[in-house]
Amino acid sequence: MAETIINAINMALREEMERDDGVVVFGEDVAETGGVFRATEGLKEQFGGDRVVDTPLSEIAIAGGAVGLAVFGLRPVAEIQFSGFLPPAFDQLVTHASRIRWRTRGQWSAPMVVRTPYGAGIRALEHHSESLEGAYAHVPGLQVVIPSTPYDTKGLLKSAIRSPDPVLFMEPKHIYRSVREDVPDDDYEVPIGEAAVRREGEDVTVISWGAMMQKTLEAVDRIDADAEVIDLRTISPMDRETVVESVKKTGRCVVVHEAPYSGGWASEIIATINDEVLMYLEAPVERITGYDIPVPLLSMEDYYIPHPPRIAAGIEDVLDY
Amino acid sequence: MVTNTSQEAIDLDAPWISQEDLPVEKYQIVDEDGGYDPDDVPDLEETEFLDLYRWMLVEKRYAERMIKLQRRGQMGTVGSSRGHEASIVGSGYALQDGDWLLGMGRETSAMLQRGVSLRDIILFWRGVEDAQRFLTEQNCMIGISVGGYLPMTTGVGWGMNLTDTDAVVTAHFGDGATSTGAFHEAVNFAGVLDAPAIFYCQNNQWAISTPFEKQTNANSIAQRGLGYGVHGIRVDGNDVLAVYDAMREARELARAGHPVLFEALTYRTEGHSTSDDPTEYRGREEVEEWLERDPIERYESFLKSEGLWDAVDKEALVAEVDEEFSAAVEAADAYGPRDVDELFEYVYEDLPPILRGQLDEMEGDLEDLDDLEAYIERRPKG
Repeated sequence: MAETIINAINMALREEMERDDGVVVFGEDVAETGGVFRATEGLKEQFGGDRVVDTPLSEIAIAGGAVGLAVFGLRPVAEIQFSGFLPPAFDQLVTHASRIRWRTRGQWSAPMVVRTPYGAGIRALEHHSESLEGAYAHVPGLQVVIPSTPYDTKGLLKSAIRSPDPVLFMEPKHIYRSVREDVPDDDYEVPIGEAAVRREGEDVTVISWGAMMQKTLEAVDRIDADAEVIDLRTISPMDRETVVESVKKTGRCVVVHEAPYSGGWASEIIATINDEVLMYLEAPVERITGYDIPVPLLSMEDYYIPHPPRIAAGIEDVLDY
Repeated sequence: MVTNTSQEAIDLDAPWISQEDLPVEKYQIVDEDGGYDPDDVPDLEETEFLDLYRWMLVEKRYAERMIKLQRRGQMGTVGSSRGHEASIVGSGYALQDGDWLLGMGRETSAMLQRGVSLRDIILFWRGVEDAQRFLTEQNCMIGISVGGYLPMTTGVGWGMNLTDTDAVVTAHFGDGATSTGAFHEAVNFAGVLDAPAIFYCQNNQWAISTPFEKQTNANSIAQRGLGYGVHGIRVDGNDVLAVYDAMREARELARAGHPVLFEALTYRTEGHSTSDDPTEYRGREEVEEWLERDPIERYESFLKSEGLWDAVDKEALVAEVDEEFSAAVEAADAYGPRDVDELFEYVYEDLPPILRGQLDEMEGDLEDLDDLEAYIERRPKG
């Protein structure tokens, strides 16, 4: 059955709630209406109002409440309606979720998931289009996961819910419904911390994740070269090995992300390549990213997004170096 | 478990306190049936009474026509203010030149009363960055981050105190915003600072799909003023005279260094926004009940009782208001031309070299990459 990313999220939540009575889903507008993007549709009907809960409009309490539930032995899956509303909740993730295991020397931990849609392109209002995964990935102890396909979405979300440590699960909302593939009904996991090689190649390594994967694949189709395409999937902790082995083979690399340029996660990838395989490089590593500006409002937001022509030109630059 | 059953009234011995010990009244001048005590009517000129009516028509037609434009693809996502006309108009009418108004997008007429042009409100909902540049010229801003601009409101009031500015700052927000941490900190700090701030909550009883009784266990927003040590009042938000009268008093309190937590009890008769279908979470019956309490009809009945209705040619007024709206849309359509450099403007006061470089790169890409424009849709108009 060809499913969307939204369907895959719903499947993962449903299966995990069936498997484990401790899984609790909550957030703004998630229960009664099934969420503004319908990710939690039907869950309240199946599991009842104690396990699927509409919260007050309180990001701090949603994230902090998840920490408390997790410490108490439950498995909270909280939704922050848009990732642009994360900043108030960020304090709870930084100050408590990410370090409670460390603080209590393993006595308490925070096995919890915060799901949140991120990224531009859906004509929303201000604060509804950001990509700040690089900032969140900078927090030690906080896992940051971004799927790009329906199959991975289900498998990664199940892994996130079962993970003994907190996961910020950022969902590429621009491709919520535009990408379809078969998602098995079986119970399977896609491990956190493992990148996927989407396409094998010899000439250049192209790395991306989330909503930019589709555009990256389209760009690769436009160029006359044998590109290896890596979907990072987990931002932190990063699968350095897959990146390093690929660049060792190709000697060239381009990183694509929607987030702003300066201090974006591409910087970390490039530093890793410098550390591990500098002498294999045939060209400087290029990054194709958003700009160091707030995401424009809806009338001009498309200008911000790295589109296939820009990505393709970047790959060609690296090939021609 | 997260449940929210309302507490049974318990007769507790002091020193315990409970909200049940404090019934919060609703301030009202004109009741649902149009009845009122003439002594309670605010002291306004005849022209002002008529002006209030006209403003309510402005708000109503604005809401209706914005939704139409959105459905025709000529407007971004927009939230209807139908049902809020009295709450918006009455609150704005009590403000004075020099006052500040920070809102969330459902207080258009109050901003128009401050001198904001309708064209710029339309540009805002079309996602044109420059719109807010014009709003701020009238000391107005629209903050989309729910509750996020309330601490800033406190800060503006603080600034008014430090500079001996005789004005007030008002923040308009909804019931949902009162659950944010920012709200609690902002109102509490305003109390400490004796800030000339009015926290104006349009409690329309729905935060998207979450009803007020699930938003908080408090019986009212107004009662929370006690907790912060500031004045609180709950007003019938569908009674424009009560809103105006209470807001006028709130302004005097705020000017004297007493921040106010103002709750206007109203109802959003349509969706949260054009992306929302309210039939998914609330019954038609409840909506019908509130449509019966339509603020404009109630005020019409007041004007009739006062003998002022003869001075009103409703049809001509609506035509006039519509014409103004059409002219504003035309002006918004004509706004431009716009270029990508405005996306880089105002990130900092001066464009740093790194951003200059990125802008050059963007412009170069648009010129050099043949089909890049094909991926870029400028939308909707404007």
